[in-house]
Amino acid sequence: MKRATSSRVAGIVGPVVVIVLIVFIWQWYATTSGLGDDVLPPPSRVLQQAWINRADLIANAIPTLRATLIGFAVSLAIGFLLSVILDSSSLVRRSVMPVLVVSQTLPLIAIAPLMILWFGFELLPKVLIVVLVTFFPITVSLVEGYASADRNAENLLRSMGAGRSRIFRSLRLPSAMPYFFSGLRIAITYAVVAAIFAEYAGASEGLGIYMQLAKNSFRTDLVLAAVGVSALLTLFLFALTYLVERLAIPWWRLSRQAQVNP
Amino acid sequence: MNESAEQYRRVQVDGLSHSYGSLEVLRDLNLHVEPGEFVTILGPSGSGKSTFFSLLTGGTQASARRVLVDGADLNSPGKHFAYMPQQDALLPWRRVIDNVTLGLEVQGMKRPAARNRVRDLLPVFGLDGFEQVYPFELSGGMKQRAALLRTVVQERDVLLLDEPFGALDALTRTQMQQWLERVWEEFRWTVVLITHDVREAVFLSDRIYVFSKRPATVVAEVDVPLPRPRTIEIMTQPEFAGIEAELLDILLKNPDVTGETG
Repeated sequence: MKRATSSRVAGIVGPVVVIVLIVFIWQWYATTSGLGDDVLPPPSRVLQQAWINRADLIANAIPTLRATLIGFAVSLAIGFLLSVILDSSSLVRRSVMPVLVVSQTLPLIAIAPLMILWFGFELLPKVLIVVLVTFFPITVSLVEGYASADRNAENLLRSMGAGRSRIFRSLRLPSAMPYFFSGLRIAITYAVVAAIFAEYAGASEGLGIYMQLAKNSFRTDLVLAAVGVSALLTLFLFALTYLVERLAIPWWRLSRQAQVNP
Repeated sequence: MNESAEQYRRVQVDGLSHSYGSLEVLRDLNLHVEPGEFVTILGPSGSGKSTFFSLLTGGTQASARRVLVDGADLNSPGKHFAYMPQQDALLPWRRVIDNVTLGLEVQGMKRPAARNRVRDLLPVFGLDGFEQVYPFELSGGMKQRAALLRTVVQERDVLLLDEPFGALDALTRTQMQQWLERVWEEFRWTVVLITHDVREAVFLSDRIYVFSKRPATVVAEVDVPLPRPRTIEIMTQPEFAGIEAELLDILLKNPDVTGETG
């Protein structure tokens, strides 16, 4: 118990020390190198300007968050659907998987402007970009999770008279949940960046377009302030996955803790 | 056919053979089980004992099969047998009570009704007060008792127990054997037990079939006319030791069992 607490403290103290160190070096270098605020503003100025422009930042963070969350919800639905299709037979898996892998090799820098061209400046192209970037880790983690299901338990369920869909619901899907949450965390870290990338390629509002406008008027401080906001959004969503995991599969954390401290 | 002349056997296996591709696993297997009888299959590891169970529960389709249950052909596998696999195969995300009711849920029973059915049996299986815990919190013996309760509540004609105590330490195993003897006296289920533990076989069984090495066939049928109820003291009696010696003799010296030629 004591060890668990102290390792948790170390887990918080470590990153904080590193971040503080980076900020200090940045502050020192920016103020002594004479590069100027339009090239490298010190963190103090970024914070100050972020505060002054907080209304703008928030107003632009909301559409980005909206695109991220809608895109992510669609991605979850598509990822789950694909995983079920891939799980249906190894022939399907062998035929469809390469196509999905190819979808991940598409250079976003070329695709994003095309999306804007085809679907306009509104929500749809951003949602599509977020889906394209995030569905893959969700699908792959689910498919691997299904495959991890205990063969003994599968035989047992079959001996009870369970059919395919029963085995899927009672065994394969719950077996996949820990894998799914790992995939979810990978996907969520990409999601905000993907939405911003889509906005950067063309949008009427959002952090992406805000960054572009700030950059074009040499407001490097505001670009960095927007970067900070996007990092906060990602961290918030990342933390949220742990909360959902804890509520959705309480047995997972408990059984792992029991393995660590028997 | 002379079956109509005699009373139907609970299970009658005539000339059951099975191969996995070119690997012959079972050859012309003949055995029978009477209602309320405790029958054990004793044999070397890898002799195809588990395959035999898998054929009965419908997990594997037999190459050549004639299995009768209560005089009727076993044309719909899985309805007559309740199977307990080697590992407990408890689902880690289900609390004990929901693991125990799994078979009933697969049969289409609603959860509250299923819970009511098992509730009275929890004390008999030493699980009273543990309904709401997850499997990882149980001891090895409790896990096996929960797995057995899950098997029993399905109320099938025959219980198939595949080395239920194989993974337990020696002391717990002896305790579990004595416990199983006691509850079997109370309920008189029809049981087929697989084991390679000679003492366990003699202590629990009415009758023992000794299987040969692969391809498995019955090399000996041994009656165990020891009085019931049996307690641990019976293990020191000459009748017990005599049967144990007879079985060991077959297992260690019969070339069909040991696999040694010449």
